Amino acid sequence: MSIDTQLAQLIGDLPAGTSEGVALGTGMADGFDIYPTAIGDVVVSFNPEGVSSVDIADDTFTQRFESRFDRPLLRAEPPKDWGRHIPQALDEGRPGKLPVDLRSVTPFQAEVLDRTATIPKGEVRPYAWLANEVQRPKAVRAAGSAVANNPIPLIIPCHRVVRSDGHVGNYSLGGPHNKEELLEYEGAPPQWLEDLAGKRIRLRGNTSTGIVCHPTCRAIRRSKESNVIDFRSLGDAVDAGYRPCELCRPTP
Amino acid sequence: MMDEIGKALATDLDGAFPTVVEQMGKRLYWGLRRMSADHQEAEDLTQETFIRAYRALGGYDSQRIHELRLEGWLWTIALNLGRNHARDRARRPTYVELQEKGVEDPEVADGAAWDRRLSALNSHQRTAVVLRHVNGLGVGEIAEATGRPEGTVKADIHRGLARLREVLEDEE
Repeated sequence: MSIDTQLAQLIGDLPAGTSEGVALGTGMADGFDIYPTAIGDVVVSFNPEGVSSVDIADDTFTQRFESRFDRPLLRAEPPKDWGRHIPQALDEGRPGKLPVDLRSVTPFQAEVLDRTATIPKGEVRPYAWLANEVQRPKAVRAAGSAVANNPIPLIIPCHRVVRSDGHVGNYSLGGPHNKEELLEYEGAPPQWLEDLAGKRIRLRGNTSTGIVCHPTCRAIRRSKESNVIDFRSLGDAVDAGYRPCELCRPTP
Repeated sequence: MMDEIGKALATDLDGAFPTVVEQMGKRLYWGLRRMSADHQEAEDLTQETFIRAYRALGGYDSQRIHELRLEGWLWTIALNLGRNHARDRARRPTYVELQEKGVEDPEVADGAAWDRRLSALNSHQRTAVVLRHVNGLGVGEIAEATGRPEGTVKADIHRGLARLREVLEDEE
């Protein structure tokens, strides 16, 4: 057999995994891995743009992903550049060094979620606060649905957003008990939040500094209990001569 | 055949691209495999080539996609990537199902023997001989993909084959 005939026979099969590798590299498919968290195992999905989704690691997460994002989900290792930051982002409840892929939501929703990601661990904010933060104070319901559609719960900490009346409210990632568990774990006990909401206490002021805060703001929680005064609205506080905290920026 | 894929790529990139990977992937991989004598290297470069190609196609108009000579174009990308693709790899997820199953090297019969023979060629000759005779590319396409003049490519193929004949005679 001539040399060129022999050389022409050296094309074998496509190696297993090539198609999947290309799909992951182009973003035509996302990868996923499973991570332990305070509320159990979650599945984190990612593509070259960043983390795209966090969901409960049950039997049907793949179907949920594929119907929401309209692309396949494959078992994968996250990109080396930032994959190591995933456990920390899950535990701290903020993206930190992790890129997030919010292409699946509208620009307005992405903006709301960006602001949500700034709420510190151990603190909560009402929907109205988020609407105000994105300069759309009347879009409270739209802000609420942005949070409800959050594709990346835990890392974008929508569990730190509560109803405008102060009640803890609903949670998409496995139901409200997970929200309560997370808030407890992070140092904003849900029972305490419910007590305040029941008494219609929305804000608290410090009598010696004259500053009024959300009840979970680190500024007011550092204050001596004897210096704390409760308010039902920002208007009441302002009328009493208090000015809004610059850290937690309470809304009317 | 390639014309049909070109048409499909121009109208529905995401729909048609997996077919391109399916059909051209083995050609790229086995060419690169004989050039590098390394499974991992060949597989990495194959994947990276398609990823670059996908991104490039996203920015091309349908006319340009139609006019592409697909395999030659993919080889241009592959050969330009060379060894500088490590950083890019770190930016994308890697498929792991196979690692867990423990997949074997897909080597073809006589593959190792041909790597030994091809190692007697310099790298230009080796690339040219593989593209011409393993992949069946024309001299013009090889010149374009390697960025070398056609006359030089012809000489590379000629000398490379002559060297292979010597090596084969020595084996007997």
